[in-house]
Amino acid sequence: MSVIYILLSISVIVAVIFFIAFLVAVKSGQYDDSYTPSIRMLFEDELKKEQTKPSKTNKID
Amino acid sequence: MERQTCFHCGDNCGQNVLEFDGKSFCCNGCKTVYEILSENDLTCYYDLQSSPGAIPKEIHGKYDFLAEESIVDKLIEFNDGKTQITTLYIPHIHCSSCIWILENLNKLNPQILSSQVNFGKKTVRITYHTKDFSLKEAVLLLSSIGYEPYISLDDFNTGKQHIDRSLIYKLAIAGFAFGNVMFLSFPEYFDLSANRTGVSEFWLEQYKPLFRWLMFAFSLPVVFYAAQDYFISAYKGLRAKLLNIDVPIALGITVLFIRSTVDISFNLGSGFFDSLTGLIFFLLIGKFFQQKTYSFLSFERDYKSYFPIAVTKISGKHKETSIQVHNIKKGDRLLIRNEELIPVDGILIKGNADIDYSFVTGESETVGKQSGDKLFAGGKQTSGSIEMEAINSVEQSYLTQLWSNDVFNKNKEAGFTSLTNAVSKYFTITILGIAVIGASYWLAVDSSKAINVFTSILIVACPCAIALSAPFTYGNLLRIFGKLKFYVKNSSVIEQLASVNTIIFDKTGTITSNKKRRATYEGETLTALEEALLKNTLRSSNHPLSRTLYDILKANDIVTLHHFEEHLGQGIEASHNNNNIKVGSASFVGHSQDTSTLNTTVHVSTNNTYKGKFTFFNSYRKGVSKLFNTLKKHYDLAILSGDNQGELENLRKLLPAKTKLLFNQKPEDKLEYIKYHQTEGAKVLMIGDGLNDAGALAQSDVGIAISENINVFTPACDAILDASKFNLLNKFVKASKSAMSIVKWSFVLSLIYNCIGLYFAITGRLAPVTAAILMPLSSISIVVFTTFATNILGRKLNQYDKSHVLKSQ
Repeated sequence: MSVIYILLSISVIVAVIFFIAFLVAVKSGQYDDSYTPSIRMLFEDELKKEQTKPSKTNKID
Repeated sequence: MERQTCFHCGDNCGQNVLEFDGKSFCCNGCKTVYEILSENDLTCYYDLQSSPGAIPKEIHGKYDFLAEESIVDKLIEFNDGKTQITTLYIPHIHCSSCIWILENLNKLNPQILSSQVNFGKKTVRITYHTKDFSLKEAVLLLSSIGYEPYISLDDFNTGKQHIDRSLIYKLAIAGFAFGNVMFLSFPEYFDLSANRTGVSEFWLEQYKPLFRWLMFAFSLPVVFYAAQDYFISAYKGLRAKLLNIDVPIALGITVLFIRSTVDISFNLGSGFFDSLTGLIFFLLIGKFFQQKTYSFLSFERDYKSYFPIAVTKISGKHKETSIQVHNIKKGDRLLIRNEELIPVDGILIKGNADIDYSFVTGESETVGKQSGDKLFAGGKQTSGSIEMEAINSVEQSYLTQLWSNDVFNKNKEAGFTSLTNAVSKYFTITILGIAVIGASYWLAVDSSKAINVFTSILIVACPCAIALSAPFTYGNLLRIFGKLKFYVKNSSVIEQLASVNTIIFDKTGTITSNKKRRATYEGETLTALEEALLKNTLRSSNHPLSRTLYDILKANDIVTLHHFEEHLGQGIEASHNNNNIKVGSASFVGHSQDTSTLNTTVHVSTNNTYKGKFTFFNSYRKGVSKLFNTLKKHYDLAILSGDNQGELENLRKLLPAKTKLLFNQKPEDKLEYIKYHQTEGAKVLMIGDGLNDAGALAQSDVGIAISENINVFTPACDAILDASKFNLLNKFVKASKSAMSIVKWSFVLSLIYNCIGLYFAITGRLAPVTAAILMPLSSISIVVFTTFATNILGRKLNQYDKSHVLKSQ
């Protein structure tokens, strides 16, 4: 029956890992702006178009 | 003729259309931006949104102060010598195109590594190499494409901003612990054999302590970290001899924790850890919901948010240096360029001053000054550059002195007892009474149960539902108000608003509109020819009064003037086919006797004969009269105006007879007036707009700032109301009152739950599972009730707003 110790500790460890991941995400400022990313996502197509015809400035980078 | 709009900014191009690349532009500025963008393959800017741009402003020399190390240091967040990071506030950010172009700044200058927009706050965070590049160049680049950043004295003081995220952490911990504890307590709740026979399953019996101590471990951070605000607040309340709502909550949490720990230590039961963590989780959700922040608004602004960081100082022989505003000393000679703000009181030395005091007074009219005249801080120069000599430092200037008043350091919330705290006083005493009576009864009957009953009563009566009523009601109403463009600082303002009995208005900019004006003409009737000439003369002038008068006059044929000259601060002179016209001040047109009127006037003379004058009147906002007539039934009304009595007669006609009208009120007078009425027991709602109302707004119980454009400056206040919703003011106050009764009804509802819980507690039969069901059930039903009721309130408000908009169309 001691398998319950292993199961419990695994479940608690997994839960704590996710919990810490959330705290790190909040701390890094991910949740400070919840609006702009939703618009930024829509621009990704436009950005790709730009990259297919790179200008001189991009090459220097 | 077909009306053409500018491809870049969307303005009407008028007469001078610039054609470029098959597109039309209204001015060279807009055309240049288009050129810059198309050279860099960034024309996508115009695909995302049509005509998203702004006309780039003339900024020559304006940002010279950014060459000063000491100033730049205050504005950048990160600097390692090679790269710098800075966050700039750009008021023009308004659409998806803005985000796109600002996040592609690196295509315009390779030294910019990345840029990230925060749309809500209207800021852009730029990371750049300092080699061949600087903050000044970044600002100039942004300005050149029409995104001029706004750098004020406020940025200088705050430096790096600290964001408080502790509530999210606390909420996360409580939620995490609540979920885990609930799962860990399920085995015992669902142990059916124990319920039937009294002996639980073998394996559960063996591992019970493990489950229980795990729950204990999870509840530790919840009690000692997540719930600490409740303990602190209860302690503060007790020290101030107040029984606020946090006192019974803190008591409940303490009893829950101690009783549960004792229960599991002596194997008396499974403890109430799930109720404990759940209680704190729900309370924190309420706190979180109550916080509605408008990131694009600020309720704490003072003069610093729109004063410049630095101005140009002239020392010696025309040597120009940038000087920090705080370092300006008496006697310094300053250069104020066009569109720059006067930071200190001073005397005009050189140049024609045409000062716009609209930030200070709300009055959009510019004031002309001659050399030797006194200039007050806060005005904006509008025609050419001037030189002035400072006669005070910034802090001692006439306008900024207002902020040294104690009112600005007072915390309004501190002196206010909310409905919840008022109820809590009686609630706490009653519950303690019941607990003592219940315990002493059991002491006589069965002493072993006395402690059990005593603690059970305190646990079950923990006023979670009461504490949640107000946050959810006000929080939801805050959101509903926000959608109707009434932005309230926090939920206690709603409660204050409901208790108001006196409403005081500012005049200029508050009940009058800045945008619309009326004018009447007195004097000899103008001939058709003269009228056409007048109109054409006005067309060429950019002075605000000319623009207004031009809009008022009927359209005429457009003729080309043969001669046109604008005399700054005096008037304009023009001629066409031997007919000459002069428009401007009385002395300018050669009209010697100055009439007694107090209103703004523009005089006209043709061919050196005086014709007459246009007198300007304030145009009142739509529905002012109706609003005052509805309000007069329930409130004392007054108008405090900084202006002269010129509008007295008009106001008398417009407003109900018993409205008090006071004129020539200085900012301090307004503050004192409100203070005086408050000592007489009045609850004052002040509605104003300019910096001169700042003191009155701070002193009043509720200060509402009216704003035509919520993105521009508003003084420190409790709420910001969009000018277009001014006529809804009455409805907002009414809705706040209804919210109060919703809170009262939910108190009744939660008391019913408490009575049910008390029945179990007093009879000594409160099992952990009963508490675990009752507590969330009462909380959730309160949340449902308040949300539902406030939404009905919101729908009514919306309907009224819509019907109003339809009527006015």
